[in-house]
Amino acid sequence: MTGIATTAGGIAKDRPRGPRPRRVTASRVGVYGFLIIAAIYFLAPMWVMIVTSLKTMPEIREGFLFNWPREVSFEAWTKAWSTACTGRDCEGVRPGFLNSVKITVPSVAISVVIAAINGYALSFWRFRGAQIFFAILIFGAFVPYQVVIYPLIIFLREIGLFASLPGIIIIHTIFGMPILTLLYRNYFAALPEELFRAARVDGAGFWSAFFRIILPMSVPITIVAIILQVTGIWNDFLFGIVFAGRENMPMTVQLNNIVQTTSGVREYNVNMAATILTAAVPLAVYFISGRWFVRGIAAGAVKG
Amino acid sequence: MIMVSVGVFVFGIIYSVLLSFTNAKLFPKFNFIGLDQYERLWGETRWLVSVENIWIFGVLIIVFQMTLGYLLAVFIDQRIKQEDAFRTIFLYPFSMSLVVTGLVWQWMLDPNLGFSSAMQKLGFESFVFAPLVHQSTAIYGLVMGGVWNGVGVTMAILLAGLRGIDAEIWRATRVDGIPAWRAYLYIALPMIRGALATALILQCTSIVRVYDLVIAMTQGGPGIATQMPAIFVIEHITNRQNVALGMAAASMMLLPIVVLLAIKSAADWHAKSRREQRAA
Repeated sequence: MTGIATTAGGIAKDRPRGPRPRRVTASRVGVYGFLIIAAIYFLAPMWVMIVTSLKTMPEIREGFLFNWPREVSFEAWTKAWSTACTGRDCEGVRPGFLNSVKITVPSVAISVVIAAINGYALSFWRFRGAQIFFAILIFGAFVPYQVVIYPLIIFLREIGLFASLPGIIIIHTIFGMPILTLLYRNYFAALPEELFRAARVDGAGFWSAFFRIILPMSVPITIVAIILQVTGIWNDFLFGIVFAGRENMPMTVQLNNIVQTTSGVREYNVNMAATILTAAVPLAVYFISGRWFVRGIAAGAVKG
Repeated sequence: MIMVSVGVFVFGIIYSVLLSFTNAKLFPKFNFIGLDQYERLWGETRWLVSVENIWIFGVLIIVFQMTLGYLLAVFIDQRIKQEDAFRTIFLYPFSMSLVVTGLVWQWMLDPNLGFSSAMQKLGFESFVFAPLVHQSTAIYGLVMGGVWNGVGVTMAILLAGLRGIDAEIWRATRVDGIPAWRAYLYIALPMIRGALATALILQCTSIVRVYDLVIAMTQGGPGIATQMPAIFVIEHITNRQNVALGMAAASMMLLPIVVLLAIKSAADWHAKSRREQRAA
C-alpha cells in the first residue's frame, strides 16, 4: 500500500507547514481518529463491491452487506465479463470494453497531439486575436455539455458520422481541446523564452522549433495530458450514450444497461463484478500514476 | 481541429440559444415565436422540480465538499506519517466514473439488502436508512454519492493552498499563542481564497453538468423526484422530440456558468488593478 501511496500527491510536494505537534496528546489521537473514520467512509464502497462480487446470490440475500464471503466464488466475474444480459444481448461487458478501447485510444492520441501544437502556437507565436481565441477556449471548458450537444448531433448527421466510431472520436477530441490546450499553454508559458528565441535565431521555423526544442521538454505535461484524457474518456457516459450508437456503446453505457435491465432477477454479484471491471482501467491509471493524476486535476483547475 | 473546437463552442451556443426562440419539434426549423418556449418551460412541473433539485443538490454538495474537504486537508496537514496513503484513499473515488459511483451507492443504499439490512442484522432492529426509495429523500442519497466521488479533489486543491502559505505566518501565530484551530479558521482560510475559488468553480461546473450520477443511481426517480436540468435537456432532444423546449432549458443552464465566470473575471480584474495601483 505504501509503495503505491508514495507516488501519490505531487500537488502538495512541500513539507507540511502546520504547527508542529509536541507529543502524543489527546488531540493527536483525535486527528488520527478523524482520518481513519474518513478513510473507512471512502473505502467502504470499494470493500462492498469486492465482497459482493465474490459472494453467491443466496449469501447476498442474507443481507450481511459488509461480510467477507463464506466461500469465495468467481462465477459472477466470468458472467459479468462474457455472458451477462442487456435485453436480448448476452455478451457481458466485454464488447463494451473493446468499444471503450477503440474509442479511447484514437481520441486520446489525436486530442493530445493537436492540443500540444495548439498550446505551442498560442504561447510562442503570438498571432492576432490569440487572446480572444484563448478566452473562448477557456469558456468552452465550463460550458454545460447540454448546450452544444444538439448542434453537434445535427452537424454529425450532416456529415454522415452520427452514431459511428469516427463520430464519437471527433466529439471527444472537440471536448478535450479546451482543457488540454490550457494545460499545454500554461506549461509552455513557464518555460524560459530564451530557449525558443535562440532556436529562432538559429533559423528554426515553426515545426523544427517545435520538434527539436519544445517537444523534448514536454514529456511531463504530455503524461499529465494522457492520464487526464484516458480517465476522462473512459469514464464518459453522456457522449457515449448520445453519439456512439448501438454498435460502439462504451463500457460505462453497457454497464449501466446491464445493471438497470429490468428483465429477470437482479444479480447483485454480477452487477458489482461488472462495475469493478469498468472501474478497473481508470483505477489502474490512478494507482500507477498517482502523483501525475493529481497534477492533472490541479493543472487543469488552478489556472482555469 | 482547434478551429472546429472553438467554432463548435461559439456557433453551437448561438445555434442552441436561437433555437430556443423557435417552435422546432424534431428537426431544427428556425420559425421564431419569441419567448413562448421559456414561458412553457417555467410552467412545466418536470422543469420546476429539476431546478429545485439542482439547487438542493448544489448547495449541499458545495457545503459538504467545502467543509469536509477543508477538514481533511487540515487534518492531513498535521505532519501525518501516512500522509500519502490517506491522500490516495481520499482521492481514488474521483478516478472512477460517476456511473460506477452511482451504481455502487445504489447498491450500498439498497433498502432490502444494503447498509440498512446490514445494521439490522448487527442487532439494530429498527435501523432504517434507505434514502433512495422515498421521493422526499432520494436527492440526499445522490448527495452522498456525489460527495464521496468529488470531495478528494477539493481536499487536494485546498491542501495545495495550505502548503502555499508562508512558513513565517505559522511561526508568528505560534509566537502569539494562537490555537491551531483558530489559526486555520481565521488566518489560513482567508489566505487560501484562490484555492477556495478554484474548488468552487470546479464544483459548480460539475453540479450543473450532473447527469451520469443520477441516471445510474435513481434514473431521475422515484417518480420525477430526482430529475435534473441536464436530464431534462437530453430527454427533450432525444425521446420527447421537442428540441426548442430542450434548448430553452439548455440556455437556462448556461446562465449560472456565465454569471459565475463574469464574477470571477471581475474579481480577477479588480485584484489586478489594485496590485497595479500599489506598484505605482
